[in-house]
Amino acid sequence: MPELSLVVNGEQHRLEVEGRTLLVHALRDELGLTGAHIGCDTSQCGACTVLLDGAAVKSCTLLALQADGREVTTIEGFATDGELHPLQRAFVDHHGLQCGFCTPGIILTAADLLSRTSSPSDDEIRQALRGNLCRCTGYQAIVESIRAAGAAT
Amino acid sequence: MIPAPTRYARATDLDHALELLEEEDAKAIAGGQSLLPVMKLRIARPSVVVDISRLDLRGVEAREGELHIGPLTTWAELLRAEAVDRPSLAAIRECAQGIGDLQVRNLGTIGGSIAHADPASDMPAVLLALGARLHLRSPERERELPLGEALVGPFLTAIAATELLTDVVVPLPPACSGSAYASLEHPASGFALVGAAALVEPDREAVALTGVGATPFLLDGDPEQAIAGAEIYGDRFASAEYRRGLAAVLAGRALESARRRAREDR
Repeated sequence: MPELSLVVNGEQHRLEVEGRTLLVHALRDELGLTGAHIGCDTSQCGACTVLLDGAAVKSCTLLALQADGREVTTIEGFATDGELHPLQRAFVDHHGLQCGFCTPGIILTAADLLSRTSSPSDDEIRQALRGNLCRCTGYQAIVESIRAAGAAT
Repeated sequence: MIPAPTRYARATDLDHALELLEEEDAKAIAGGQSLLPVMKLRIARPSVVVDISRLDLRGVEAREGELHIGPLTTWAELLRAEAVDRPSLAAIRECAQGIGDLQVRNLGTIGGSIAHADPASDMPAVLLALGARLHLRSPERERELPLGEALVGPFLTAIAATELLTDVVVPLPPACSGSAYASLEHPASGFALVGAAALVEPDREAVALTGVGATPFLLDGDPEQAIAGAEIYGDRFASAEYRRGLAAVLAGRALESARRRAREDR
């Protein structure tokens, strides 16, 4: 099987995958990083979102081998030394999650947005979240969390 | 959902990619945002996916009266490109920002969208209005094809299986020109129920539609009359007559906005 080399959350990994293996399966099944969730599996819901070289992508719609040699960040790589990332902290403080299934994907999408626009408007936040579905709460508290994280960084 | 078994090969340069694509049922993959969903549904079962995403075919540049868009340019890169920062090309950004979502725009490419040829894809309408031409390479030859001739039917193009798109070329409109894109999206899929792109130059206007027929197409002559006489498809989401009415409204809006931009382009 082809060999794949990935830096995931700062750690170098080498693994063997099939040509058809999707990145989300490599992360979950090979590396045990189950923070990237498989929701719709059709590129609609965004629960599988990870960062590829800093850009948010849907890991269910990317072959693992396409990511060869590149850097992947999952939600597991967000807290450092036991300290929550400002986005994670803001989601706790502003009740930005209920069941939590969509949360990792939303936080990683928000990280992409905030890396380019440090204080986005509510409209910009909502536009950025078009590819992330939450079925618990509606989006108001999510938008507030991202706005607060933007203000805090 | 998991794609059917397939092999993966990464092309190191254009010639290598063309060599790999000679295998039967080989399929080129760039961003994969159209191909992977159909592979997961097992509608597409390529023998080998040829990863062309690392070829040097990306970037947006205006030179010698033409805009060159590398086919591997992602929607996100296109949105950030300074070369499209002019009223005459404003339709490109206006259209790109509504494509897919943030994640899809980070991977999806303009060349992939053209080659996939979804009859409701947005950007081909803009490129038709702007008079885009495609540069194609196969092992035997290079050729140039107007986009309108490349779009043959739903998910069908005149690009051969052994050919690759190497450049998307748009003639830069003269001074005092403007362009615009207006669409109404299907709320679930995000694809255009109807999309209309307009280019307004000092001595001519062009309007192209998407979402209403077998392929996006350029209107011939007066837009109102052309829309009234066009062959327009209906489906369970929107009847042909509804789409025809919507096309007239959106073509009017795109033209109005393009004319306003043309006045600002000095």
